[in-house]
Amino acid sequence: MSAPGTRDVARVALVLVSHSHDLAAGAVELAGQMAPGVLLVPVGGTPDGQLGTDFDGIERAFAQATADGRSAVVLMDLGSAVLTAESVLDLADEDLVARVRLADAPFVEGAVAAAVTAHGGADLDAVLAAAEGAGRMYPVEKSDVVPTTLPDDGVVRETRTLLNPMGLHARPAAVISRMLASYDAKVTVNGVSAASVLALMKLGATQGTELRIEAEGPQAEEAVKVFVTEVERGFGEI
Amino acid sequence: MSVDVAWAIDWVRRSAQTISEHRDELVELDRQIGDGDHGENLDRGFRAVVAKLDALEEPPAEIGDVLKLVATTLMSTVGGAAGPLYGTAYLRAAKVTGAAELDSAGVVALLEAALEGIVARGKATTGEKTMVDAWSPAAEAAVAAADAGGSPADVLAAAAKAAAVGAESTVPLAATKGRASYLGERSVGHLDPGARSSELLLADAAAAAAA
Repeated sequence: MSAPGTRDVARVALVLVSHSHDLAAGAVELAGQMAPGVLLVPVGGTPDGQLGTDFDGIERAFAQATADGRSAVVLMDLGSAVLTAESVLDLADEDLVARVRLADAPFVEGAVAAAVTAHGGADLDAVLAAAEGAGRMYPVEKSDVVPTTLPDDGVVRETRTLLNPMGLHARPAAVISRMLASYDAKVTVNGVSAASVLALMKLGATQGTELRIEAEGPQAEEAVKVFVTEVERGFGEI
Repeated sequence: MSVDVAWAIDWVRRSAQTISEHRDELVELDRQIGDGDHGENLDRGFRAVVAKLDALEEPPAEIGDVLKLVATTLMSTVGGAAGPLYGTAYLRAAKVTGAAELDSAGVVALLEAALEGIVARGKATTGEKTMVDAWSPAAEAAVAAADAGGSPADVLAAAAKAAAVGAESTVPLAATKGRASYLGERSVGHLDPGARSSELLLADAAAAAAA
């Protein structure tokens, strides 16, 4: 899939429904800057320019966004915008309903994430997922974890430096074992089982110690990811 | 005994009049725990409904036709959460009232469908300081009145009475749905504007049947 050029329009459009005309227009401006190839349709305020949601305007926006075979992801700013968008879909014909998704996403971050994803040529589900994942943008960005899987042995490995001034004492050890219990993965730290609070404490890891995290199993990647995130935030102690 | 299309039209016209009279009260209630537009929005919506009724060359054949006109008009003109909520309520009610007249069971079906519409759209349940706190006891009271052999007017009177009690019951509640939920505990001590307007609309349904 190649990114659409200036003459092409991405196959997924966005409809940005706000109570405010200016907010909808501003979100379109912001998202459009990063995704010039995506059709972004703002619907903001009532027809007479007051704050509110515009049923007929949303209906028209859905029609415009889904014209020419496109599908559309809809971002909404507050409860009544959601209720109104749902009502429009309730009364719309099946063909349109099948091509429109209402995103449970933060309005601005969701619009930007969805627009950029749509600009890359992604399909409806991927654009929706980008919008809905946008609420978690900051925590994910902070840890910036991309676990590496070596194809030969299926083990996920990461190395991080222990930041806690008091080292890997009882509380963080307990955090680790409790946190990993919900994942279907066998995790070790510097060769000892991360499921065992005592084993972790016996490592005697002090601030600055390199922690070698290794995991195997169906959820190895996820387990390593949450582990690394906790190490980087000092288990909430820094 | 039954209610007919003339009753439905009378209900709608009375509703418009009542909402207009209570516009400022609803605005003030909504200002306390919401965005302050409930009275204005509903008033605009019902004015548009009356304008559409006035423009009809002849009255609709079925009660459901009247309710559907109310539904679609409120949806496109109200501009706040009340638009889709009442719109869906009247729309669902319209779907079960495709008749020129309704007996007591028909009136119960109308009220239950309206309640289901509000619940489906707002995803609220009782005790969350919403319209549901008026509509839910109203539907229950309607069922009881019909089971006791009441006329449609009796059923609507019972529903209206229960809605008034239900609306009043929202005062001590903390809102967990809608704009008021952002206020949390600070919403305690205020009458919910949606429950209040629901009470008013159901009182008009009863008054039209008693007239």
